[in-house]
Amino acid sequence: MSKATKTVFSGAVLAGAVAAAISGAQLVTATDAAAANVKCYGVAMAGQNDCAAGPGTTCQGTSKVDYQGNSWKYVEEGTCTSMELPGGRMGSLEPLERDMPA
Amino acid sequence: MPSAPDTQDLDAVSIRAAILDPSRANPPTVAGPRGKQAVKRFNVYRNNVTVSLIEALVDIFPAVGRIAGPTLFRDMAREFVRAHPPSSPLLFLYGHEFPTFIETFEHAARMPYLADVARVERAWLTAYHAADLEPLAPQALAAIDPEHLGDATFTTHPATALVRSSYAAFDIFDANRTSDPVGKIDASRPQNVLVTRPGTEVTVIALPDGHEAFFETLLSGGTLGEAAQAGMEAAGTFDINDAIGGILSTGAFIAAQAAN
Amino acid sequence: MGRTVLSHPPQAAPATPAPSRFAARTARIPASAGVGFKHTHLDAILADRDPVGFLEVHAENYMGDGGFPHRALERVRQDFPLSLHGVCMSIGGPQPLSADHLSRFKSLVDRYEPALISEHLAWSTHDEVFMNDLLPLPYTEATLDHVCEHIDRMQDVIGRQMLLENPSTYVVFENSTMSETDFIREIVCRTGCGLLLDVNNVFVSATNHGYSPMSYLMDYPMEHVGEIHLAGHSVQEDDEGEPLLIDSHDAPVANAVWDLYAIVVKQAGPIPTLIEWDSDLPDWPVLRSEAAAADRILDEAAHSFMMGKSHGRTGHAVGS
Repeated sequence: MSKATKTVFSGAVLAGAVAAAISGAQLVTATDAAAANVKCYGVAMAGQNDCAAGPGTTCQGTSKVDYQGNSWKYVEEGTCTSMELPGGRMGSLEPLERDMPA
Repeated sequence: MPSAPDTQDLDAVSIRAAILDPSRANPPTVAGPRGKQAVKRFNVYRNNVTVSLIEALVDIFPAVGRIAGPTLFRDMAREFVRAHPPSSPLLFLYGHEFPTFIETFEHAARMPYLADVARVERAWLTAYHAADLEPLAPQALAAIDPEHLGDATFTTHPATALVRSSYAAFDIFDANRTSDPVGKIDASRPQNVLVTRPGTEVTVIALPDGHEAFFETLLSGGTLGEAAQAGMEAAGTFDINDAIGGILSTGAFIAAQAAN
Repeated sequence: MGRTVLSHPPQAAPATPAPSRFAARTARIPASAGVGFKHTHLDAILADRDPVGFLEVHAENYMGDGGFPHRALERVRQDFPLSLHGVCMSIGGPQPLSADHLSRFKSLVDRYEPALISEHLAWSTHDEVFMNDLLPLPYTEATLDHVCEHIDRMQDVIGRQMLLENPSTYVVFENSTMSETDFIREIVCRTGCGLLLDVNNVFVSATNHGYSPMSYLMDYPMEHVGEIHLAGHSVQEDDEGEPLLIDSHDAPVANAVWDLYAIVVKQAGPIPTLIEWDSDLPDWPVLRSEAAAADRILDEAAHSFMMGKSHGRTGHAVGS
């Protein structure tokens, strides 16, 4: 592997790439660089904030009753109908009988 | 110190079993006060445990919940919490098995991308709580002798995770983590997602082609040379300059080691 | 195993004041009202010109390695005294406490220097399964031994006194041999722990089990109370169609609970009091006004308590 590596990417090529990467971030910390470059590098997350902080512990009971078994009566809800799949499948919540294995 | 079983007046085994399986009868020692029944009374505990764990999954996987809709999500979550109750009291660690559970859940089969979206969300929460460590400084990379760059390896930041997907995991995640309207998304476009946390904010990006192989190699301890090779083999458009720029800009690593 | 009886927090010893990263005024909790700290209220709490007396957090929510939760807690800890409230130690269970969990708890105590530390008379973990609820236990000699061993262990590890909170319960156990108040009094006697009196829990359990909350409070060792909890509850029905109260923390404190609270602080004197609101969170002004209502009752109690003392009435010293 490392033999093949050297034939493709010499030390000089890698060093040049490192130099190029650093030149854009020379005067800032890596954290700042991450914030500044993230939009150029990939697709930045939009509107993300700390409200979605995951679960907290509970030391209380719940007044919402929802422990019993599933009815499997589906209502059309959720955004899954926006997701397009090949063959025109849209991930919609149609009755299960259609193409589920028996 | 543990007492002998015959002194354990709390029958925790029966209580636990009955809480996690509502078809079981109440534990024998549990009663209502003054001769009252305890069916609804014990069901309060069944409900508290089940609902609080479902709500934990709602909080960890908001995009999955929005895609599936609350009815299907809660049905799925209810089965999951009974099959996989938490082993840690730290609820932000819960749900690592949920993506795989979704994959095998027949009622979610029409959403084959759902498990990968769940993987991104689980990685998001891990990153959110990860240790506060400074990402790799550009100077640390510059300090490595160019002769040895190809053999350099990297220490991963504890927030970092790579999710490879055959579906548009990033676009679907991104569109569903907010309450903004969701337009049409081509779910069949494969996307690889990198989750990092260079500061306090969790960062989620879709990787350019080839970078998933590049990062995967580095994250599993491979050398920079091996990673570059892997990126090249994965995509003809792979650009080593972009990839090395990504090492710094994503904050995915905390240190680089030159070869011995 | 030898028992360490800690009658007061070691750092209260005047000869060796522990160096603190936080302002001196935040070291102790005044006998005023505080609230459970939620991140959604962070900005409002910091901007409030009439700050609450203290903040309480669930310890487990800050047991992650880093990130925003610790930044937020560090920030509010600069301005407020802290109460560290554990909810998952499973003190009431038959198995030994988790060494990992104790160690995490101890780290938080060292890092944030809470003025109050508390846990529950309940259990939640058994055989590595965590059930995320405060489950009840029978009150017997054997369970008493377990609970006391666990409290000794926890106080040994954290090097501090902890407060034990009375539970809300929905069932009873046929094999119980003592009352909850006798059980709690014996725990205090054996371990030297203090008490967190949850007045809403007293009302919820009394209603659910058909006894008078006043009779519970008369039997309860009030002189060991270091903190009070108040919360809202909701109403369901038991199998006989009678009210079954759920300790849901999702509503304002009920009038009947305010009345009990006023009686408690009139008798025991002013005690740090927490408003717990954990589900269906209100906007900050609503929560703040609940704390203000508790403060008014505390002020009245402080006045009559001092008056009573000056007339030679026997007053109970209030725990730290």
